[in-house]
Amino acid sequence: FKSTKERKPKKKQNVSADGENQEEKVTSGSDSGLRVSSQVDEYEQDTSDEEDIRNTVGNIPMEWYKDYPHIGYDLDGKKIFKPIRNKDELDEFLDKMENPDYWRTIHDKMTGTDVCLSDEQVDLVHRLQQGKFGDVNFNEYEPAIDFFSNEVMIHPVTNRPADKRSFIPSLIEKEKVGKLVHAIKMGWIKPRRPKETAPQYYDLWAKEDPNAILGRHKMHIPAPKMRLPGHEESYNPPPEYLLTDEERQVWEQQDPDERKLSFLPQKYLSLRAVPAFSRFIQERFERCLDLYLCPRQRKMRVNVNPEDLIPKLPRPRDLQPFPTLQSLVYHGHSSLIRSISISPSGQWLVSGSDDCTVRFWEVCTTRCLKTMEVGGPVKSVAWNPAPSISLVAVSYGENVILVNPGLGDRLICSATDQLISSYEEPEEVKDQQVQWAVPEGKAQEQGQRLILTHPKAVKQVSWHGRGDYLACVMPDDGSSLQVVIHQVSRRRTQNPFHRNKGAVQCVSFHPSRPYFLVATQRYVRVYNLIKQELTKKLMANCKWISSMAVHPGGDNVICGSYDCRLAWFDLDLSTKPYKVLRHHKKALRGVAYHKHYPLFASGSDDGTVIVCHGMVYNVTACFCFSSLALSHISFYSVREWCVSIFSPQLFGLIDVYIANHIYSNLGCIVTITLPTLSSSQVRKASSSFALTLHCPKL
Amino acid sequence: MGGLQKKKYESGSATNYISRNKARKKLSLSLADFRRLCILKGIYPHEPKHKKKVNKGSTAQRTFYLLKDIRFLMHEPIVGKFREYKIFVRKLRKAYGKAEWGTAEKLRGNKPGYKLDHIIKERYPTFIDALRDVDDALSMCFLFSTFPRTGKCHVQTIELCRRLSVEWMNYIITLRSLRKVFLSIKGIYYQAEVLGQIITWLVPYQFAHDHPTDVDYRVMATFTELYTTLLGFINFRLYQTLNLVYPPKVTHSQPAVMLHFDLLSEFGFYCSLLSLSKLSALSASLVRVVSTAEAEEAELDHFPAEGEDGEKLAERLKARQDQDRQEKLFEGLKFFLNREVPRESLAFVLRCFGAQVSWDKSLCIGSTYDVTDETITHHVVDRPSLEKQYINRYYVQPQWVYDCVNARMLLPVEDYFVGVTLPPHLSPFVEEKEGDYVPPEKLKLLALQKGERPEEEEDNDDSEEEEDEDQSDDEDELKGMEEKQASSVKVTPGEAKPVNRQRAEQEAKAEEKRLAVMMMKKRDKYLYDKIMFGKKRSVREANKMSAKRKALDEASKANKKKKLKK
Repeated sequence: FKSTKERKPKKKQNVSADGENQEEKVTSGSDSGLRVSSQVDEYEQDTSDEEDIRNTVGNIPMEWYKDYPHIGYDLDGKKIFKPIRNKDELDEFLDKMENPDYWRTIHDKMTGTDVCLSDEQVDLVHRLQQGKFGDVNFNEYEPAIDFFSNEVMIHPVTNRPADKRSFIPSLIEKEKVGKLVHAIKMGWIKPRRPKETAPQYYDLWAKEDPNAILGRHKMHIPAPKMRLPGHEESYNPPPEYLLTDEERQVWEQQDPDERKLSFLPQKYLSLRAVPAFSRFIQERFERCLDLYLCPRQRKMRVNVNPEDLIPKLPRPRDLQPFPTLQSLVYHGHSSLIRSISISPSGQWLVSGSDDCTVRFWEVCTTRCLKTMEVGGPVKSVAWNPAPSISLVAVSYGENVILVNPGLGDRLICSATDQLISSYEEPEEVKDQQVQWAVPEGKAQEQGQRLILTHPKAVKQVSWHGRGDYLACVMPDDGSSLQVVIHQVSRRRTQNPFHRNKGAVQCVSFHPSRPYFLVATQRYVRVYNLIKQELTKKLMANCKWISSMAVHPGGDNVICGSYDCRLAWFDLDLSTKPYKVLRHHKKALRGVAYHKHYPLFASGSDDGTVIVCHGMVYNVTACFCFSSLALSHISFYSVREWCVSIFSPQLFGLIDVYIANHIYSNLGCIVTITLPTLSSSQVRKASSSFALTLHCPKL
Repeated sequence: MGGLQKKKYESGSATNYISRNKARKKLSLSLADFRRLCILKGIYPHEPKHKKKVNKGSTAQRTFYLLKDIRFLMHEPIVGKFREYKIFVRKLRKAYGKAEWGTAEKLRGNKPGYKLDHIIKERYPTFIDALRDVDDALSMCFLFSTFPRTGKCHVQTIELCRRLSVEWMNYIITLRSLRKVFLSIKGIYYQAEVLGQIITWLVPYQFAHDHPTDVDYRVMATFTELYTTLLGFINFRLYQTLNLVYPPKVTHSQPAVMLHFDLLSEFGFYCSLLSLSKLSALSASLVRVVSTAEAEEAELDHFPAEGEDGEKLAERLKARQDQDRQEKLFEGLKFFLNREVPRESLAFVLRCFGAQVSWDKSLCIGSTYDVTDETITHHVVDRPSLEKQYINRYYVQPQWVYDCVNARMLLPVEDYFVGVTLPPHLSPFVEEKEGDYVPPEKLKLLALQKGERPEEEEDNDDSEEEEDEDQSDDEDELKGMEEKQASSVKVTPGEAKPVNRQRAEQEAKAEEKRLAVMMMKKRDKYLYDKIMFGKKRSVREANKMSAKRKALDEASKANKKKKLKK
């Protein structure tokens, strides 16, 4: 701590208060007690040198004198000696403890002496540390006096005379101007040309060279032009283009992007009354935005005549015969008919219903010949396809009964009875899952011949073509006992599958080959019964198969499903459907093939039966009729000249639709008066009736 | 096998597109400069076919430019000019900040500018290309020329726009190629045919704009910059093809006026302004480079074009004749415009079809004759009544002129007399297809054009009704047969019904079609259903309109009757 800072105030004092206060001078003299020589020498005070030059070594690191006894030289060139004894740590500590002025003692490196600061000096240090002026008496907030103010004074502030250079021209400028003049004279500097503000136009396309057309011009997608205005934009449109109050309200409530018209049509009586369009600038601006911001893409517009999209199919009329007319209705059942079946001779029809009855009808006359009551709602009926056997399988609940209806040829009936009664109990009675029982009493009289009691409810029965085997379906997901095959002549039951994958929906025997088709929810599996192996697995591409029919030829299978599809498989081609038809609106309930003609029919929950003429090259829907709540349909295809379709309905009716041109051969008469029938049906029915009137056979 | 594994999005469509921000960074331009560059060069975003692929698997909304376009922009000299301008602005700001006015002045003197000529040539390599794109340019120039001289943009731009639009109008007048005019609530649409190109533009009504706040005028100004350049070059070329002097000058037929003009042209300052205003009066014809002595155009021989048979040639000739007749629609008529009608628009339209037109002297420069002129045939008025009327002229409302142009014939003036309720003004741009709604006024007009006399109203009504019936029949067919099913019909057995063979046949056909539709493929079915839905909707809309019209007509009839009774 030393030197310059302390000296400054000292000097100031000298300047400001020189000779003013002798006492203060004395104090300031005592300030400079740093000096080695203690005597106060007035002359020495006046030395103009700022530096404290008691030691003349200059600004060097003092450790250079570390090893010497002296510390430098004074003004006279004499050595300044260090104090004889250096203070060590202990001295320092003792000094600190004992000396009360220790805190104000500082070490002067230049002289190697300790200096004790006076009170004034300590004060000064404090003031400087606080950022104040060193002089106590200095007033830093003295009022400022403006010498150069806006007030015009009579005397000049300064008495300085004007410079001479303000009276004579500048030589430097003269030189510069001379140079510029010379440059202008020589033509080195030209005056600035006036800017061309107006644009210059010329014939830009004077030379249209084909090379200028770049590749990008071919890629260019020109912006579509603005839409041309319609009548509604007119200032005086026809009155129908103006919006009514409701339309206007709708328009106002709509989001501006959703509006069909971006403006409200207005009518003005004269051109004079038309105001400015308030959104004009906005619309132009939006167009600008569209031009440079809107992504462009080339899109092909489909320009199709919808008529061309309709497939060109042969006319249904050319594909006849197929059933077109409703000709017969069978009355009798009091509840929903679940199943029907036609005898192999084609003369009889059997139907099973929810009212726990099975009825036998003559097909042509609609006469109910026999009614048999069974112990529950009938799920399925099936006439034995062998012509030499007169047997009908009826399933209700857990039972399947075999009934000899006793209709038709008596010889056949008695032969059938004999066939069943000729059974002899084998010696070793096997324990079977199904009980075979012979009914007695009234049931026997009614025609029931055998009762098969199953462990579970039977949904469907299906005969083998020869008439000896009968397959029953007991749907139960995951169970091993879902399908059983009975042999009637030996009264034996076998469970063909140890394990079933999925819930079996329906089964069918192949008409010509030893195949057995099992339809689960998604697949149809074809098993070879002789080799006892899986031959094929048909993927139906639908969620839940409801019904299945096999073509009598044996090559084609159709499956109806609950998700409105009809899948047609060709067994020779692939395991995937050859064709999938989606022409029903609701779930399919039944499908059927015609025996001779390439026809198949599908009945659906949407109340329609669609008859299709299916050849390999195309499928044509031939005929569609509506009925109520279909459950099961069947083609009447016994006699070759007769094409008709049976569709059992709600309220226990069976409708028969027959082909148009053979009605007279069949010779049937429509007898319906049902208000629930739809008018189109009635119309068809009545027209067929009108035609039958002309028929001589009637 | 083997080889390097292909990485995703390193080939194919992902590499053909670039997002806007990336493009901007690639060009190292600010967004505003990038926008200007895109506007000037006509670069627009493209919608990729597979957005997700281009967007590297993300489905975020993003605009994509073609990478080729951006590469193309990199070579543009204008980009350098943008940078120069940026530097200029920085220097100027600095000079102003330091209050170095001299430097600022010097800098402003050397303000960097650029020309768009090469861009125009590059964007439109042929003149026809340029003409095809002139619609927006015209609309923009006409809009900018109506802007006030203060505020939104530079006065020079506005004046230039005004000049170019006036030049364009003069050209159309000289060529007589105006085809259609439509007074809409937005403004006046004009359609002209220039060198085989149909050009439509929209002119706002002459009112002060209330400038919207949500419009970025910088974008509009950039477009205008481009459009004025384009339109200037197009005008030059068009004037050249007609042997007209460019910049255009009006012919001084009257020596007095000429003297007047010469005197005025002494004062150079007023010269350009005055010539522009004289030009914009649209009343005089323009000076030609080669003053041809009104050579009668020789009748051209007509040769059939390739693959064109006699019928088509005849059709073409007829169309040509029609057009000629239309061009001389108002030839020989003398019009006087009252002061409340839109002078510029009417003068333009009338002069385009060969009429002589004048107006009050105090209204605008360039009037050629006075109200008192006895030879005036039509006086266009748009006020409910007029005090002083001359006997030998028709007083018509302005709509008559426009309707005549659109009808391509002189319509009967009775419907357009002063104070009469005007018939509806129809859009000439609507071309009704089959099944669309046609307003009855349009039908009347079509009949007039064919040369039939306007029928009595009752007859019209009858024909309308018949039409309605037809329409409803069509609708029935569309709806099919299901509708006809009644809910409960009782048929007694044995009652014979006469068979309507025709009906049965129709039904059979409809049924056949229904079955065929049922057998359609899924894809075709979807398309078919869509088309049929659209058709049904248009039919429904047409029916709605006709029903509305019918109700309105009946209401107005009832009103009339009531008035009569009173």
